[in-house]
Amino acid sequence: MKMKEFAASVVKEFRHIFRDRRTILIAMVMPVVQIILFGFAVSTEVNDVRVVFCGDLSDAEVRRAVDRIDQNKYLRIVGRLDRPAEAEEMFRKNGADVAVCFERNYGSRMVASGHAGVRIIGDGSDPNTAQMIASYLKGVLQSEQSEVSVALAGDPRSSMTPVVQLMYNPAMKSSYNFVPGVMGLILMLICSMMTAVSIVREKETGTLELLLVSPVKPLWIIVSKMIPYLVLSAANFVSILLLSHYVMEVPVNGSLLLLSLAALIFVVTSLALGLLISVISSSQRTALLICGMGLTMPTMIFSGIIFPCESMPVILQWFSDIIPAKWFIIIVKKVMIQGDGLASVINELSILAGMAAILLAVSIKSFRTRLQ
Amino acid sequence: MEENVIHIRNLTKKFGDFTAVDHISFDVRRGEIFGFLGANGAGKTTAMRILCGLSRPTEGEGTVAGYDICSEQEKIKRNIGYMSQKFSLYPDLTVRENIRLFGGIYGLGDRRIREKTDAMLDMLGMQSERDQFAGALPLGWKQKLAFSIAMVHDPGIIFLDEPTGGVDPETRRRFWEMIYDAAERGVTVFVTTHYMDEAEYCDRVSVMVDGRIAALDSPDRLKSEFHAGNMDEVFGIIAGRAGREE
Repeated sequence: MKMKEFAASVVKEFRHIFRDRRTILIAMVMPVVQIILFGFAVSTEVNDVRVVFCGDLSDAEVRRAVDRIDQNKYLRIVGRLDRPAEAEEMFRKNGADVAVCFERNYGSRMVASGHAGVRIIGDGSDPNTAQMIASYLKGVLQSEQSEVSVALAGDPRSSMTPVVQLMYNPAMKSSYNFVPGVMGLILMLICSMMTAVSIVREKETGTLELLLVSPVKPLWIIVSKMIPYLVLSAANFVSILLLSHYVMEVPVNGSLLLLSLAALIFVVTSLALGLLISVISSSQRTALLICGMGLTMPTMIFSGIIFPCESMPVILQWFSDIIPAKWFIIIVKKVMIQGDGLASVINELSILAGMAAILLAVSIKSFRTRLQ
Repeated sequence: MEENVIHIRNLTKKFGDFTAVDHISFDVRRGEIFGFLGANGAGKTTAMRILCGLSRPTEGEGTVAGYDICSEQEKIKRNIGYMSQKFSLYPDLTVRENIRLFGGIYGLGDRRIREKTDAMLDMLGMQSERDQFAGALPLGWKQKLAFSIAMVHDPGIIFLDEPTGGVDPETRRRFWEMIYDAAERGVTVFVTTHYMDEAEYCDRVSVMVDGRIAALDSPDRLKSEFHAGNMDEVFGIIAGRAGREE
């Protein structure tokens, strides 16, 4: 195998990519759009929450609580209700995200027993957000209550109130969750889908035959097809990291080298998957469909981008174990957000490497068989 | 005696229970235009893939360009040219880039590729189109270019798999002028076709039926043997027999 023959086919693959506007659009713009989309549109974090309250403002304790809510960075008081029932009206008009109702004699009960009733009414039409907001607000109010009782009674009678603090992500930013997810998704899409489609396209047009009848070995034809996507995914990896660092303010706490190694292994896995898909599909449409239904969807669902794996039925959890992206995303979370070293991700890294090896072997073998 | 550049004995290819190619034997001489005819599914594509080193035979033996079809596929690939019915060009690459690509994958040096490109563009009269995308060329030009590119590494044998599919008879005739030129330079041309006017242009023609070679001779002798006026009738008689046997 001469280097020159190989170089000629690599140059050709790069030309194909840069000539095709659709391909370059998918490859270069999609990561940016996804990051921004997940960052701002599909955000589940508590941010600029509009709070209405119902209670007696002449009560000093109520005033303190309301002030405290208003001073919170993520909460904003937008109005006062006369009756708790008006909350529904506010939600319907989209005038508020949550309502806080203080019981009658809130202040005197608080002074007397250290306990006073507060009802938080969330807008359940968006359950995830409502949950997040309600628990965040609960946290704010509980710290208020315990401070009051400590100040008044001298000993923390309501000291059982748990104070929730989220490690690594104090602001509960959802970007901490989706950046690793989007990274996995993009790398998988670029490598599997685009490799599969580019091989199947040559199958469809019959030009693959031309390459196979040339002295370039079949394996090298495949490698030359993969190299541009390897380069593209490296570019995407960097652009996602830059975007998440400068736009989303997600830190890279761990080793960048380790992160890159994990990405490389994951990319090889995805390329192998792409090759496998190209072997079993006879048209570009089939290849796209298999990638969409067989890779993208399970990756979205099972990799923990949207739903936590831990809350799935056991069988589905097992199923999620065979999805390479899941392991990659776990590694990224550990290394990027938690700043862990090699020792803590060695298991996941080994599983991913094993998957890469098996998939590569299977896909090359089936590609060879298909040729005969 | 003339030299045989393709020498095939008892070539057989089975896919499971199905015998696609059933013990065929034939020779092709240097500089000959050899027509390889057969209805769809008669096994001609399978046989041709074996000759090109794309597939290994189940049984039988043979040589192409002096190399063994079972063990020296790599060397066969270096010494043959191939052009298929589907377009043998990348539409999103320019004329020049297409030539460069195939020059490159056949291992030609940079200088050689430049010389070849210039010579080829001059011969085809396509100097002014050299930076156009191959996909934008008229069909007849594409085929001429594809043929020239298939010959970029000066192979001794060129395989043409239904090279003129979908073009009018006039364009086809012009394309055949290129084939004759190549044959005159000593290149052996192995061509499959289902246009019977093209079969008339061949030196010798073989007709495959159900995986076997049912007839093999010059068009003139085949016509007199089957008392037919043209190759179309000859083909009708031979292929028609297969229909009755089925």
